[in-house]
Amino acid sequence: MAIDQSRIRNFCIIAHIDHGKSTLADRIIESTGTLTSREMQAQVLDNMDLERERGITIKSQAVRIIYKAKDGEEYIFNLIDTPGHVDFNYEVSRSLAACDGAILVVDAAQGVEAQTLANVYLALDHDLDVMPVINKIDLPSAQPDEVIQEIEDVIGIEAHDAPRISAKTGLNIDQVLEQIVEKIPAPTGDPDAPLKALIFDALYDSYKGVIVFCRVKEGTVKVGDKIKMMATGAMDEVTEVGYFGAGQFIPCDELSAGMVGYICASIKNVRDTRVGDTVTNADRPCAEALPGYKKVNPMVYCGLYPADSAKYPDLRDALEKLQINDASLYFEPETSLALGFGFRCGFLGLLHLEIIQERLEREFNLDLVTTAPGVVYKVHKTNGEVIDLTNPSNLPDPSEIDYMEEPIVSAEIMVTKDYVGAIMTLCQERRGVYISMEYLEETRALIKYDLPLNEIIYDFFDALKSRSRGYASFDYEMKGYEPSELVKLDILINKEQVDALSFIVFKDSAYDRGRRMCERLKEEIPRHLFEIPIQAAVGGKVIARETVKAMRKDVLAKCYGGDISRKKKLLEKQKEGKKRMRQVGNVEIPQEAFMSVLKLDED
Amino acid sequence: MELYIHIPFCVKKCDYCDFLSFAADEQTQKSYVAALQKELAFYGAKYKDRRITTIFIGGGTPSWLKEDYMQAIMETVYHYFSVEQDAEITIECNPGTITEHKFEVYRRIGINRLSIGLQSVHNEELKILGRIHTFEQFLKTYDMARKHGFSNINIDLMSSLPGQTPEIFCDSLYQVLKLKPEHISAYSLIIEKGTPFYELYRFDAVRQEAGMQTESLPTEEEEYQTTKMIQHILKEAGYHWYEVSNFAKPGYECRHNIGYWKRVDYLGVGLGASSLIDNVRYSNTRDLYTYLSECENIHDCYMQYPLTEGVTGSAVYSADGTHILVPAVNLHAAAEQTTRNEQMEEFMFLGLRMRDGFYREEFTQAFGIPIEAVYGDALNHLQQEELLLKREGRIYLTDKGMDLNNYVVAQFML
Repeated sequence: MAIDQSRIRNFCIIAHIDHGKSTLADRIIESTGTLTSREMQAQVLDNMDLERERGITIKSQAVRIIYKAKDGEEYIFNLIDTPGHVDFNYEVSRSLAACDGAILVVDAAQGVEAQTLANVYLALDHDLDVMPVINKIDLPSAQPDEVIQEIEDVIGIEAHDAPRISAKTGLNIDQVLEQIVEKIPAPTGDPDAPLKALIFDALYDSYKGVIVFCRVKEGTVKVGDKIKMMATGAMDEVTEVGYFGAGQFIPCDELSAGMVGYICASIKNVRDTRVGDTVTNADRPCAEALPGYKKVNPMVYCGLYPADSAKYPDLRDALEKLQINDASLYFEPETSLALGFGFRCGFLGLLHLEIIQERLEREFNLDLVTTAPGVVYKVHKTNGEVIDLTNPSNLPDPSEIDYMEEPIVSAEIMVTKDYVGAIMTLCQERRGVYISMEYLEETRALIKYDLPLNEIIYDFFDALKSRSRGYASFDYEMKGYEPSELVKLDILINKEQVDALSFIVFKDSAYDRGRRMCERLKEEIPRHLFEIPIQAAVGGKVIARETVKAMRKDVLAKCYGGDISRKKKLLEKQKEGKKRMRQVGNVEIPQEAFMSVLKLDED
Repeated sequence: MELYIHIPFCVKKCDYCDFLSFAADEQTQKSYVAALQKELAFYGAKYKDRRITTIFIGGGTPSWLKEDYMQAIMETVYHYFSVEQDAEITIECNPGTITEHKFEVYRRIGINRLSIGLQSVHNEELKILGRIHTFEQFLKTYDMARKHGFSNINIDLMSSLPGQTPEIFCDSLYQVLKLKPEHISAYSLIIEKGTPFYELYRFDAVRQEAGMQTESLPTEEEEYQTTKMIQHILKEAGYHWYEVSNFAKPGYECRHNIGYWKRVDYLGVGLGASSLIDNVRYSNTRDLYTYLSECENIHDCYMQYPLTEGVTGSAVYSADGTHILVPAVNLHAAAEQTTRNEQMEEFMFLGLRMRDGFYREEFTQAFGIPIEAVYGDALNHLQQEELLLKREGRIYLTDKGMDLNNYVVAQFML
């Protein structure tokens, strides 16, 4: 049965983090009866455990909803959820490409925030019609009139008839649904043209293989068709097509122009599928690919190693599987003297790194050792060559280096008046260059700083939140590279350099970081039978030192009949702990120590 | 087989003590003794073919119990078990709980070894520990014991007390040596969870363990010095250092405790008592009222349905999937079949507590393969680190190996 294109609405919801995007999605799904409220689990679309726990959306998700409008017609809504965090701009952008319109959720108390703007601009870039919704009007601090004015002034889109809702209580959701029908355009595209479908997401299923989530722009796809991925050239036969129920896949006969759904094509090799790629018919290909595919450059790199070196192939498989629906994840094999075989991985930001790490640990049951995250430095050598440095170990000899550059971001921080001083101090501490400050309202300021990226990848968010009591919001974009005085800080444990602990640091911070690093490692490294010096060095010169004293006495005074089982458990625990140790020279270093560099700023 | 009898009662619990013990009224003590007798009767019948080589009555403070009760307990033991003629029979005593008559009764019921908890000769330290007695009271008890003919006496001392220097401890040791006890146990204080000491000193204990500067507990270095001094002083005085914390005049090593370290079968009766029988480790319930009521059942049941080999029982599964039968009615809160690997681990970490270690052949005999086939690598690297020696068929630790006993035995975990 062919579906009338004029009855389809493909849209997404965009918002600043915490403005209630996922809650609104839940309400829309619930009020159209797609799920009974019993089936309804809070935030249906955030189906990764991790997403629910953190209250954020990481992966895009899609769901088909049937809505009977007041005009008496039934409409098919395809709702595509998008991540809200700045790290996941790429994911936002490719979800948008699958839509024809976007609902913009703005918090009636908070108003327009940094990411509200960023996301609206992204949506407009993709030619989407943006439909504003004012959420959280049940809050005592809600100021819907002011916020509507702000949307019209700051963003420049019409907002006077924006529904005033509470996604939490369900108030006025019906207005949202009606406006979707009225304001979001129906898709266009010729169902008889050659197939042209955009991959906006994909996931790996152990039974079905790769499941491709796509938006059909032109043509039709059905079971038995031979399809081709235009970027990778991979060809396969379609085994199943269907659409998205809430949390489940519902097979159907075909997907035609304007529709959103999934394709399974017994695709075995996960590398053949790239989000953003165009699917076409192998026998009747379309003339050119959709402009969806964009290579994103990772901003933050770190080494990921399996805690158990035998799990190296498992880690590789896991990374490949994550990469199919996270095109922004980059990885390549690397070897560390201390940690063995692992991968140098590139991420969009620190949150992205943490998410990937946690997904690897939870979904693939891997135990990981992570090295200190770093940014990409440009090393200009005296012979004119320029290297992109992603691993501190690869830093050339200082004599070969002319100068180095580090990435700088333009940061915009929105903060209430009371915390302006604290935030500016923070930015200064992080080597920020003040650009400007303007008051958006009487109580709210927009502060602009240029900041080195390596100063914000560790814990800048946390520091920002704690110093503004949560009132600051932060957004940044890459500005470019600037020359900087950088040095490589090496750590020597028992006189041996531990490559996995080296990192690049601003010259003036080296002493302080080195000292704290040594102190931290002293706490992490258990005592051995011999004394262990821990040293921090720059260019072979030791700048800080701590010592782990030798163990003198380690006995259990009493071990009689009733103590034996307990003693055995204690020894077993010790054995487990030993398994998590890495041998460097004759020193055993717990895996936590490699992560300790991440926590330096918590002191 | 060895027999351990647990008496969980104390006049007052000491501030460092995490043993299963508490104060109890007369009626509770009476019911407990009755329950103990039933349990003894049950196991006595079950293990009637086994000979009891040693008995240890521990606590708690067994010497607090009325002598009539102690007599009743021992009479039950002799009635249901075959106790070897020269069995070592020890009771733990605390100064301040002993009378002339008690010692008379102890002698009469076959007790031939006393273990007296002194801990310190300094009354201030005794007070810190929450002990109920003074050094003077101890001296009286000790004299009385000798007068009643006890010729095998152990004295417990405790080092590493808050504020204690190696010198203060050694002073305790010298004063005790004047009394010429046959056996001395010198323990360093362990700060155990759930004790008043834990609340007071737990952070200091962490510092101590990490080799850092401490507030009131001795530093690791001071502890180390104390241990060295103890070993030196006692060696000079003619005592044989035979286990981590135990010293004895030749021939007076505690046979019962050596049994634990050699993995001899032992039956523990009483609240929370542990047993090792045919490589199964059992432990009794730690709840007094459960214990008392189950003892009622066990007796009646036993009377009605005598346990016959392979007939009555319930399966207990061990980690490796094998299962064993245990009596359907008993007091064991837990029964754990030790795997062969665990047996080897235990053999090592218990055997190496003893200064003389064990004979290579003993391992071969117990497990049917040479020790090198299982622990070759560990033995080699420990020898290289000068922590372990293999001499004349014996495997034992060096002085340094004894100091780092935990580190060494951890290498033998499979």
